[in-house]
Amino acid sequence: MFDSAILIPSLLNGITTGAVYALIALGLTLIYGVLHIINFAHGAGLMLALYGVYLLKERLGIDPYLALPVMVVGMFLLGYCLQRLVINRASHGKDENILLVTLGLSIIMENAALLAFQSDTRSIETPYTLATVTIGPAMIAVPKLVAFAGALVVSAILVWLIQATDLGRAIRAVAREKQGAKLMGIHVDHVYAISFGIGLACLGAAACFLLPAYYVNPQVGNGFVLVAFTIVVLGGMGSFTGALLGGLLIGVVESLGGLYLGESLGQIGIFGIFILVLLFRPQGLFGARS
Amino acid sequence: MKRWRRDIAVIVLFVGAILILTTSSDSGVLLNFLMMALYATLLAQAWNILGGFGGQFSFGHALFFGTGAYIQSIAQMQWGLGAWAALPLALLGAAMVGIFVGALSFRYGLKGSYFALVTLAFAEVFRILALSVNFTGAGVGLMLPLKESLANMQFGSPRGYVYLILVFVVLALLISCWLRHSRFGAYLQAIRDNEDAARALGVNPFGIKLGAIALSAALMGAGGAFYVQVFHYIDPGLAFGPHTSVEALVAAIVGGMGTLWGPVLGAFLLHGLSDITRNLFGQLPGINMIIYGLVLVLIVTFMPRGIAGLSATLRARLGGRNG
Amino acid sequence: MAETLLELQGVSKSFGGLKAVQQVSMRVPAASLTALIGPNGAGKTTLFALMSGFLMPDAGRVFFDGQDITGHKPEINARRGMTRTFQIVQPFAQQTVRENIAVGAHLHLAQRALALEQAEVVAQQVGLAPLLDKAAADLTVAARKRLELARALATRPKLLLLDEVLAGLNPQEISEMIPVVRGIAQSGVTVLMIEHVMQAVMNLAERVWVLSQGQLIAEGSPSDVTRDERVVEAYLGHGTAARLRAMGGAA
Repeated sequence: MFDSAILIPSLLNGITTGAVYALIALGLTLIYGVLHIINFAHGAGLMLALYGVYLLKERLGIDPYLALPVMVVGMFLLGYCLQRLVINRASHGKDENILLVTLGLSIIMENAALLAFQSDTRSIETPYTLATVTIGPAMIAVPKLVAFAGALVVSAILVWLIQATDLGRAIRAVAREKQGAKLMGIHVDHVYAISFGIGLACLGAAACFLLPAYYVNPQVGNGFVLVAFTIVVLGGMGSFTGALLGGLLIGVVESLGGLYLGESLGQIGIFGIFILVLLFRPQGLFGARS
Repeated sequence: MKRWRRDIAVIVLFVGAILILTTSSDSGVLLNFLMMALYATLLAQAWNILGGFGGQFSFGHALFFGTGAYIQSIAQMQWGLGAWAALPLALLGAAMVGIFVGALSFRYGLKGSYFALVTLAFAEVFRILALSVNFTGAGVGLMLPLKESLANMQFGSPRGYVYLILVFVVLALLISCWLRHSRFGAYLQAIRDNEDAARALGVNPFGIKLGAIALSAALMGAGGAFYVQVFHYIDPGLAFGPHTSVEALVAAIVGGMGTLWGPVLGAFLLHGLSDITRNLFGQLPGINMIIYGLVLVLIVTFMPRGIAGLSATLRARLGGRNG
Repeated sequence: MAETLLELQGVSKSFGGLKAVQQVSMRVPAASLTALIGPNGAGKTTLFALMSGFLMPDAGRVFFDGQDITGHKPEINARRGMTRTFQIVQPFAQQTVRENIAVGAHLHLAQRALALEQAEVVAQQVGLAPLLDKAAADLTVAARKRLELARALATRPKLLLLDEVLAGLNPQEISEMIPVVRGIAQSGVTVLMIEHVMQAVMNLAERVWVLSQGQLIAEGSPSDVTRDERVVEAYLGHGTAARLRAMGGAA
């Protein structure tokens, strides 16, 4: 049952997946922290990004890891435009409206993908898809290791961006006090859109790391949405550290849950945690009450 | 007093119109349309009770739908009950799930996005459970044996189903009418509009919201039971998947949340729209839902009070504030 | 001395490091019109929240009509006869004035028709009759204040806690509101108001409590309290009383 030969690979697997989850959750955290909106379209965004990486590989032969800059920039632009042109206008500032608009967007995105690609599950093949590396008793797939490293690097860049740059300062100012920021001459709408764009850019990066070890179909977003929310709520809405640690934790929970309960029931473990956190500790493990 | 009489009168007219159409027409197309549009109406009405009148947006309403559908199937196939005996069980089961989720959520003060997320999570949990457990047929689902008869709640022509769904829709209309003209309904809407102010006036938010979610869930469960009787099949994805949750809420919002006729208008409109697109674009997968998503975004942007609230929206745009 | 309707015993509440209310004890007599005053940030609204059950005290007890209601929920207290209004008005925006007031009336009237009728009666009482069918969102500030008052009144309270019901009104509107409040008190309802408008306090209140930085620093008749040095200092700053004395000579 607790044989380390089975446990350790599962743990390592969980951590590598968890790093990618963390990256996804970071984007969501940024969007929540700054715009105070729960982006229901986050999963759909990831799904679109995965298709983007897929197409770049299949049609243009670009390796997913090399596609990173393209995806990041592309998703950033998508996010910027969505926020500035659609969400901002649709919501009239009311929370319930934003909820519904992001839901509507996610429906559109998911089904547009269904229309364009049908519901088949697709994956890509690269020279390293099947390569593995041996760590102790575990054989970890190379794509997963790269995903782990890549996710951590991008997360670090993101945190640096927010903490140490002027842009980051502007974003933090808007997050804390919108009116005050406006009075300081910060263009709030622009910052909102940038934040949303960065949130989606994280998805672009995550997709590049994810696809070599995973697959894509139009429904894949759904699975990630709730996991991402679980992480964000668990880590504490608006806390980067929380999102990072929460991501790793959830990755491990999922892996171990899948090990002991089977794939399907393992997922329930995550949702169970989600529900419990929402009910009993909504500020999460690290979050400040917003 | 006079207002509720007028509402009842319009309900009677509505029923009369449907009955006339149903009895006088032999067109399978029309009857099918009526059946499905009324079915969509029931789902929208169910959501509207909690979301429109109560202001608690559920994104996982399929949870109650699926519960009703599975209970209706299992009761007949495994417990040997007749269809009509199974029906109250389906409604009761759905209501109990509603009370369970509601008790947890409202006890711990979940509102807004958090509540929407929790309902989504519960729906997913049930979906996975249904997928993993044998007595729900797991991934294969359950197939209700074909045995057409009134006693079996299975009809040869859509006409019988139209009558059946009409009964539920009228029930939902009467409940919504009651919400508009009762203390319970007044308290529910007060909680929606300002929970603290309502509490200061003696309203108990927990009890009222719990009652609303139970009603909403029961009606949604009725929709699930109806679905199974019509299509003879249910599986975890159909039962608890996002499609039904979305259908219910988009129709209610498009038609006008918190109104009596909003869900009817929204459901008929959306269903008509999806029929038209199906004729234009064939069986293209996903086109239906794209329309739903687009309509949702457009309505929320430009007409947040929906079709039923159109006159109010126009008045607000053209007129001004006074008083 | 009339019987006590509301009593606070050593009530305290802190938020993090901030001591919002410290050891407040007071007795509100039944059928009185009294006021709670004090500089901004003194903790007056917090005290109302503690009385009505929106906040739970960290220490101390609250008694209403002889019963210990410490920590009981607002809706329970409302049913016992204690209703409060809010400093920042909280109308049911989507509903009409009549429907708003009816929610209050429903506390004692189960039937919709009766509640709506009662809403009209109460609206007359506070002068909102011409606006009965207007949406609450379309009202002016003054009208909203009256609506807030009417809604609370419709619950037939024994004790009405009015939180700055005159704030934001111009002098004309204030002078129209004062007789309304007086009328309510005269009909037998005990009224405790938080007020900044001194004219109203002097005009209406039989007894005044002064709160400053969470502590009760004075209580008594309006004229006593406004002459109290500690009160002057609380409002105008340390040392003011002495300066005024030095300047003004005889009082």
